[in-house]
Amino acid sequence: MKPLIASALLCLFLPVAVLRAQSANVAPPPAPVTQADLAKLDQRVTAAQSSADNAWMLVSAALVLMMTGPGLALFYGGLVRQKNTLAIMMQSFALMALITVLWAVVGYSLCFAEGTPIIGGFRHVLLRGVGVEPNADYGSTIPQLTFMVYQLMFAIITPALITGATAERMKFSGTVVFMSLWFLCVYAPLAHMVWGHGGLLNASLGGRFPTLDFAGGTVVHISSGVSALVCALYLGKRKGFPKEPMPPHSLVLSFIGACLLWVGWFGFNAGSALASNGLATSAFVATHFAAAAATLGWIAAEWITRGRPSALGAISGAVAGLVAITPASGFVTPVPALVIGLVAGIVCFLMVTFVKGLVGYDDALDAFGVHGAGGTIGALLTGAFATRSVQAIFHDAQGRTLPVGWIDGNAGQIGYQLVGITVAWTFALVGTIVLLKITDIVVGVRASEDQETEGLDLTQHGEEAYNLEM
Amino acid sequence: MKLIKAIVRPNKVDDVKEALGRISLPGMTVTEVRGHGKQKGHTAIYRGKEYDVSLLPKMEIEVVVPDHMVDDAVAAIVQAARTGEIGDGRVFVIPVEQSYRIRTGERSDL
Repeated sequence: MKPLIASALLCLFLPVAVLRAQSANVAPPPAPVTQADLAKLDQRVTAAQSSADNAWMLVSAALVLMMTGPGLALFYGGLVRQKNTLAIMMQSFALMALITVLWAVVGYSLCFAEGTPIIGGFRHVLLRGVGVEPNADYGSTIPQLTFMVYQLMFAIITPALITGATAERMKFSGTVVFMSLWFLCVYAPLAHMVWGHGGLLNASLGGRFPTLDFAGGTVVHISSGVSALVCALYLGKRKGFPKEPMPPHSLVLSFIGACLLWVGWFGFNAGSALASNGLATSAFVATHFAAAAATLGWIAAEWITRGRPSALGAISGAVAGLVAITPASGFVTPVPALVIGLVAGIVCFLMVTFVKGLVGYDDALDAFGVHGAGGTIGALLTGAFATRSVQAIFHDAQGRTLPVGWIDGNAGQIGYQLVGITVAWTFALVGTIVLLKITDIVVGVRASEDQETEGLDLTQHGEEAYNLEM
Repeated sequence: MKLIKAIVRPNKVDDVKEALGRISLPGMTVTEVRGHGKQKGHTAIYRGKEYDVSLLPKMEIEVVVPDHMVDDAVAAIVQAARTGEIGDGRVFVIPVEQSYRIRTGERSDL
């Protein structure tokens, strides 16, 4: 019965519909497009682009937070001995909270408000003036709040990387005080110099020495890696190092952590395009390719020199490649990304196996060997391989694009990269020594010998990572 | 009454248990231990740093047997745990003075 009624209705209305369509065809032509119509259309296009970019940037911000917790926490957590597992994970987690609060109070302003070429001013203290309106300097299609929270995630992971060098012997109180000071006195100026409007090293917003650093090779990796070296030297070796064996307690944890870091790095690098555009895709691809090539570079070097390719080598290689591609990711095509990754994998392998042994410092989890060395290599190679076909960042007075890196014919960029590297190294070296000294006087930096023997989990936090006995 | 303490390869525990079962010795205590004898350890390398793993995992089996069964028990263990390679382990026989059953509190020599 029902189909019959339906077909009857169809027969009844179909002619009507056809007639209406025909009459529409012969209707008078629509009114000419007015300026108001165009403006409305423009508004809608802008709104659509803003929605797409904002969606990607919020996801990227979450991905970068995931790099610290659980990514880095697991990576480092697995590398320490069992008695220090919670302590190192807690340091990463505590920084997620600590840096966030400092960021809201003054950190964002020091990094991104207009100020001197060295450090930002106080205009955005307590996030004043940071709302849903975009800031033309920092992602013209996304709310400044999005930019602010995205950059916060970078500020969190950077000091967390340093804990790899202080692992298994730095007091929790010392870590909290030192990292707070370090964030304000080393990270904030470097971030402002490289990314802030008018910063000394800014390549696109009027810096004196235009240094290319797409996602933080100097700001994040050189700064944390070099500071890590200073911390390792200042703190001294762990008790028993290097005689006593200190093997990683769970490479399974490290493995999961490294995989999370790799994925999170897509937010870190591709997100640094600050938009969901072709540049983001380019950075995404370069990031992935560099990680792959570096993995192969590290394990090949290991296989040749040590006879066996290890799982720890594979994951360390991947991280080294991700570090090195960070400054380059928004400036290079995929094949140079493979080269950068391969070089970083091999060089970082040599740093942590041979150089560390020769010099004899105890960088417990190789924060310097991977982040300091990888970041420096990456910053240099960015100057070599950056090309305007990926991002035309330099223009002449007429607005024509200029060559970017050596591969484009701008060999001088290598010099600017060296300036950036030197500034970052100097800031990190000097800043870290001074701040460690201050921290040492205020609360002390190193755990006592007994605490170190017993483990930081029990002595600093009153807990143990594993209570597996029946 | 003797305590037989056998240190064997971890994968031989089931064979030893079965062999002791065949000569009607059902009770045993097994502990995970580490040690080394003539067997050399191996080397582990973490980021280029070498560690000698000289203490290898073994299982320690303890059985208490009446004097007249000692030879049979030792023979059963040796036969079950042997591979012929270095690292098969050791068997020790130690005198036991007294034995009590906790459930009843009675002294019960085997």
